[in-house]
Amino acid sequence: MSDAPLHPLIKLEDIHTYYGKSHVLHGVSLEVGKGVVVGLLGRNGVGKSTTLKTMMGLVRPSRGKTQFEGRTVTDLPAHRLARLGIGYVPEDRRIFRLLTVMENLRTGLDRREVTEARKKQLLEKVYAYFPVLAERRNQAGGTLSGGEQQMLAIARAMMLEPKIILLDEPTEGLMPRMVSQIRQIIDVLHREGVAILLVEQNVPLTLEASQRIYIMEKGTVRHHAPASQLRVNDAVIHQYLGV
Amino acid sequence: MNARRIAAYWIVFSVVLALLIAAPLVLPEFWRRFLTEILIWGLLAMSSDILIGYAGMISFGHSAFFGLGIYGAAAALLSVKPPNLWLALLFGVIAAAGVAAFVAYFSTRLRDIYFAITTLIFSQIFYVIIFTWTEVTGGENGLTFSRPPLAVPGLFSVPFTSQTLHWFVLAVVTLSYLVLRRITRSPFGMVLQSIRENEARTRAIGYPIERYKIVAVMLSGLFAGLAGGLYAIQNRFAAPDFVFFLVSGEVIIFNVMGGIGTLVGPIVGAAFFLLLREGFSRFFTEYYLIPVGLIFIAMVIFLPQGLLGFMRRTLNR
Amino acid sequence: MGIEQLVQAIPFDQLLVQTINGIVAGMILALVASGLTLIFGIMDVVNFAHGELFMLGAYVGVIILAATGDFWIALLAASIAIALLGAAIHVTVLRPLLGRDPLTTILATFGISLVLQNYALWQFGPVARKIQEPFTGHFTLFYLEYPWYRLVIALLSAGIIGALWLFLKFGTYGIWIRATTQDRVMAQAMGIPVPRVLTAVFAIGSGMAAASGVLFGPLVGVNHAMGLDWVLKAFIVVVVGGMGNLGGSIAASIFISLLESYASLWVSPAQAVIFSFVVLILTLLFRPTGLFVPTPK
Repeated sequence: MSDAPLHPLIKLEDIHTYYGKSHVLHGVSLEVGKGVVVGLLGRNGVGKSTTLKTMMGLVRPSRGKTQFEGRTVTDLPAHRLARLGIGYVPEDRRIFRLLTVMENLRTGLDRREVTEARKKQLLEKVYAYFPVLAERRNQAGGTLSGGEQQMLAIARAMMLEPKIILLDEPTEGLMPRMVSQIRQIIDVLHREGVAILLVEQNVPLTLEASQRIYIMEKGTVRHHAPASQLRVNDAVIHQYLGV
Repeated sequence: MNARRIAAYWIVFSVVLALLIAAPLVLPEFWRRFLTEILIWGLLAMSSDILIGYAGMISFGHSAFFGLGIYGAAAALLSVKPPNLWLALLFGVIAAAGVAAFVAYFSTRLRDIYFAITTLIFSQIFYVIIFTWTEVTGGENGLTFSRPPLAVPGLFSVPFTSQTLHWFVLAVVTLSYLVLRRITRSPFGMVLQSIRENEARTRAIGYPIERYKIVAVMLSGLFAGLAGGLYAIQNRFAAPDFVFFLVSGEVIIFNVMGGIGTLVGPIVGAAFFLLLREGFSRFFTEYYLIPVGLIFIAMVIFLPQGLLGFMRRTLNR
Repeated sequence: MGIEQLVQAIPFDQLLVQTINGIVAGMILALVASGLTLIFGIMDVVNFAHGELFMLGAYVGVIILAATGDFWIALLAASIAIALLGAAIHVTVLRPLLGRDPLTTILATFGISLVLQNYALWQFGPVARKIQEPFTGHFTLFYLEYPWYRLVIALLSAGIIGALWLFLKFGTYGIWIRATTQDRVMAQAMGIPVPRVLTAVFAIGSGMAAASGVLFGPLVGVNHAMGLDWVLKAFIVVVVGGMGNLGGSIAASIFISLLESYASLWVSPAQAVIFSFVVLILTLLFRPTGLFVPTPK
């Protein structure tokens, strides 16, 4: 699958972002092609999460452009971007703790253009991938375990039927069994043609799951290459991640 | 601050002061009294600025401080013969300080919204008490009394003219301004400001926040009470209306219009508001608050730093 | 005095009447306060203009009643009209202030309350208007006659609050509102049109205030200052009941209204209001999160 079609699905061009006075992103450029899994690596604090937030419209860049399917969307508010087809699974999950599992899913599911039949389909699909959510569907989100909340966060984003899902450290703090479940979900989503931008500290998993890798340091992209060209013990990886 | 800016400041200060001193000599009676009122409300607004602009605490309690300042002065002027100027001011200040002590206590235990609502309720409590305790406070109709002479006991006693009264008020307000200015620029003032900006951090550094807040409230209350005393002397009547929380609201409007945290701003804001009111009253009779209110709302949205802040930016200071 | 005489000295019939009065007033207050607590809980906005929305609702009720002669149409129309006004206020004044210091919304809504109050004074004059009750008729309570209408008010208020609760619990918009309250950022990321949701909440709160105004109209005169009293009481209720706590503000409304009702047996109504003030102060001192809220861990 070519990862440079006519228009990449989503593209960041020379993004500069500030938090107050702090210059967090110094000209970040990256793109994710349709249906491609892109991994974003880098040490803590280099601006990976901020990059995702900027893509999601939750943070406004002071300079630079965001493009989605060829259209400039830099100034669109987050809820419009979500409706356009960007799903977001943040660090620390942030599910709605006081809403039930079902209600959490409905925040993404309840869209005017979706028919009742399709809603049922989507729910059944997600319950098939995450049976534990089906069990706990009427339980409040806050009562779920860490791993279950992660499942819910991903399932919730899937309810938007997004073209791309932004995953911010999905395996953090999870047991190995859950980590491999996440790995499987990434594959499933990829098979369905959903693009993924994966931010992770787990280097081996990222290299395995992605087709393309970007490496960030100090607020900018230092290196990018097809994942096949990178190995865990590569000099490049060592240099930027000290792994 | 460099020497040139300090010099510029004092020059402007002296010019303005000179104008204010000269004003009653050239203005007609109505405007003379108007100017004096601006000064008194300006003092009240300055006292409110200590809380809002420097300590970051919104308070609707100023009507209580002010109103009790008026009634305190009234008490002195009605109960002690011959009516004594200094006693009136003193009683006013003490009455306000009493209320301020209450409010100060609450300021340490409540944050933001809760504090604002509580101070509002305080004003209303006093309003209800004053309104219904007719025997002592005159109830709805308030109290009237005569203006004391400008006197130093044993030395001289001269009744006020509207000019000398203006100068007296100007002197008190200017002095108060200088004192407050000194205080806000002192280490104490700096700590207050850092409390406004980030209370948690200031506490973490080790400052006893509660004590600072209490002092800020007491200070604010004292000067508000002083303003009340001056008002009583100027207008010679006290009424429960001054204790109603809407008065506090108006004072906050002066602060915002003039510029929060500038000390001078509130006086400018008071002048601006009162002039607008005067102007609109000519056209709208009593409904001046509609256009003035709309202007206020627009300023909150577009000019949050107030007139002074706006001027500072355009003059690029 | 022996126990018998003591008991006889307690005016039971008056107590009963005051209890019912207290509950009726409490339900209306609850209706006003729920709008306020909804707005505060969901939007973090202290709506100073809430009393004025109540007042304008009553005036619109007067006008529509005069035009159609039907109380219930007036009630509905007033609620809708003021809900729209609320939406307009939110979009023009409050949306631009989103994300700014919460101080600014207090100031802005205070400014709005001044403008609305004086607007009403300008348009309608200082003389109080009257809304006719939709039906008269009393039932006998001891030797007193108690008007049916007051009971109906209480029931209607309860009904409206109940409908609100249902709306929040089920239904897409209810989920959106609750999600926005819990995590505004994630709600946006889920495609929920948060600015619109906030406007809708403000509109609903305003509509509820207006409905209270119309319902309460027949009991007192409708005049431009009626909002002041109520906004004060509503604030007390919202704080005592726990900010953003719907159930708490209902309980607090009834509690405070009962207190004032009983108090007015002995002191004048103007002074009875001090009791509520005292309750507020005690609550703030000892249970600042609300009397009817379990103390947080």
